[in-house]
Amino acid sequence: MAGPKKAGAGNRLERNDRLIRLALLVVAFSAVSVLLVITVFIVGQGTPIMFRYGFKSFLAGSDWYPSEKLFGLWPMIVGSLFVTAGALAIGVPFGLSCAIVLTEFASKRVRGLIKPVIELLAGIPSVVYGFMGVVILVPFIRRTFGGPGLSVLAASIILGVMILPTVISISVDALQAVPPSYREGSIALGATRWQTVKMVLFPAARSGIIASIILGMGRAVGETMATIMIAGNAAEIPRSLLAPVRTLTSNVALEMGYATGEHREALFATGVVLFVIIMVLNTIANATSAKRRKAP
Amino acid sequence: MRRLAPSAEEKAARAGLWALTLITVAVLCFIILFILRRGLPVLSFEFLTANPVDMGKAGGIFSTVVGTVALTVLAVLIAAPLGVGTAIYLTEYTWGGPVTRIIRFGAECLAGIPSIIFGLFGFILFVTKLKFGWSILSGGLTLAFMLLPTIIRTSEEAIKSVPPEYRKVSFSLGSTKWQTVTRVVLPSALPGIVTGIVLSIGRSIGETAATIFTAGSALRLPTSLFSSSRTMAVHFYILAREGISMPNAYGTAAILIIAILGINLLTYFLMNRFIRKYS
Repeated sequence: MAGPKKAGAGNRLERNDRLIRLALLVVAFSAVSVLLVITVFIVGQGTPIMFRYGFKSFLAGSDWYPSEKLFGLWPMIVGSLFVTAGALAIGVPFGLSCAIVLTEFASKRVRGLIKPVIELLAGIPSVVYGFMGVVILVPFIRRTFGGPGLSVLAASIILGVMILPTVISISVDALQAVPPSYREGSIALGATRWQTVKMVLFPAARSGIIASIILGMGRAVGETMATIMIAGNAAEIPRSLLAPVRTLTSNVALEMGYATGEHREALFATGVVLFVIIMVLNTIANATSAKRRKAP
Repeated sequence: MRRLAPSAEEKAARAGLWALTLITVAVLCFIILFILRRGLPVLSFEFLTANPVDMGKAGGIFSTVVGTVALTVLAVLIAAPLGVGTAIYLTEYTWGGPVTRIIRFGAECLAGIPSIIFGLFGFILFVTKLKFGWSILSGGLTLAFMLLPTIIRTSEEAIKSVPPEYRKVSFSLGSTKWQTVTRVVLPSALPGIVTGIVLSIGRSIGETAATIFTAGSALRLPTSLFSSSRTMAVHFYILAREGISMPNAYGTAAILIIAILGINLLTYFLMNRFIRKYS
């Protein structure tokens, strides 16, 4: 073993302990450093072109023709917004219902059946969801409602399913964290189970449920492969639910393969916009759940 | 204002909630059965062990299986020590304070970053700046960064659930902190930590957006860390999107689904054992 032999075993161990503590501290900063490095690289690659062309033409410009040096991201920003709103409209009611059923209404055995199924939902790769959209949902929409099928509607439905695991698992945690005495008190006062959920549990778990929705939003905004496969990808502001749409993520993934020079920089700038949106959502979710932790 | 009687409202609410829950479960079962029904007939020993021929129109998916395994192993080898180390520091060596808060915030933010951003970052840093090219090395490093938050969170929870008495007994026997961590805490938390690692393996098998721009999409059998390699998920995406071969696409999807099912069963089994141990 290294180290001076004269030192007592206790001293050596203590010194080793201090070294280990330091080493662990360094390791513990790995996540933070990765985050910093990613921020530096994405922002470093993406912002110069924004300054060159001006933020306004970048964010509010409605034409995306990279070959003619027109880099307007507005259609993609609106596209991401529409698709995310659609995903929430579908994912939140389903997700919250599952969470309530799992925590309040299901017997232990049924819960043991439903919970693994929902966890499985989180494991299915996003390309598989996209594929299901292509072979089943898109033809269905084309036949029933007309239009190309590849649309805001198709993307919203598939993303709605994809955010379910996030919404469910975090709201289940929030509902379970409500002290049992709240439940007991409400039932003792003669409230039904649903009244207890509506008037006692929901308000008590509100911040956790909001956090689950915000994190689900983050997933929907950030989803790439499924969106590319089913959203149609036209770089125009969609006029209806059945029109094709291109999101920020699709914009990057579709053109990254062949882009060079300013075009590539513009894609990194798209990444910067996406990154900022995600960080804002993360911070809000973090703040709401921090508030919950502080509350008694 | 007219309202429903509480008992009627209760019935309606229960019916609605259960209906939505059952639809969710049905959708999931449908996805899995659909892929398996179309994909299983394609599967054979040859499909797994033969290399793709003619861009994947014929032949099997062997090189993509190798690529997926190589990427995943590399990513886990890098992310697991860092993640578990972070979890040990957060649970055993510090008690709140600004440092912990910064580390936690970093991990939580990292968890929310979309895979396409990781892909962009890996592409610019590993593929171009460090000149690793499209390679297993670039892809593995990028994936490792993506897995880090999952491993940190699950390990932290596993370590936290080890009863404090274990530590007290170990200290009272004269062990140092590190001895307590390595000989008492970590062995007890191991099933939980392994569960987290298995979960992250599942995530890296299905990942597409981050690997397509860092590991590339070469179909050749990878021979070194610097060879470009297509993963199964990327292969599936390309087969389906470019309409190269639908049967082979279904076959690849079936393998992906089976792998994910296996991983979920394994984590479920591990988790149950872990929970039984401490409750």
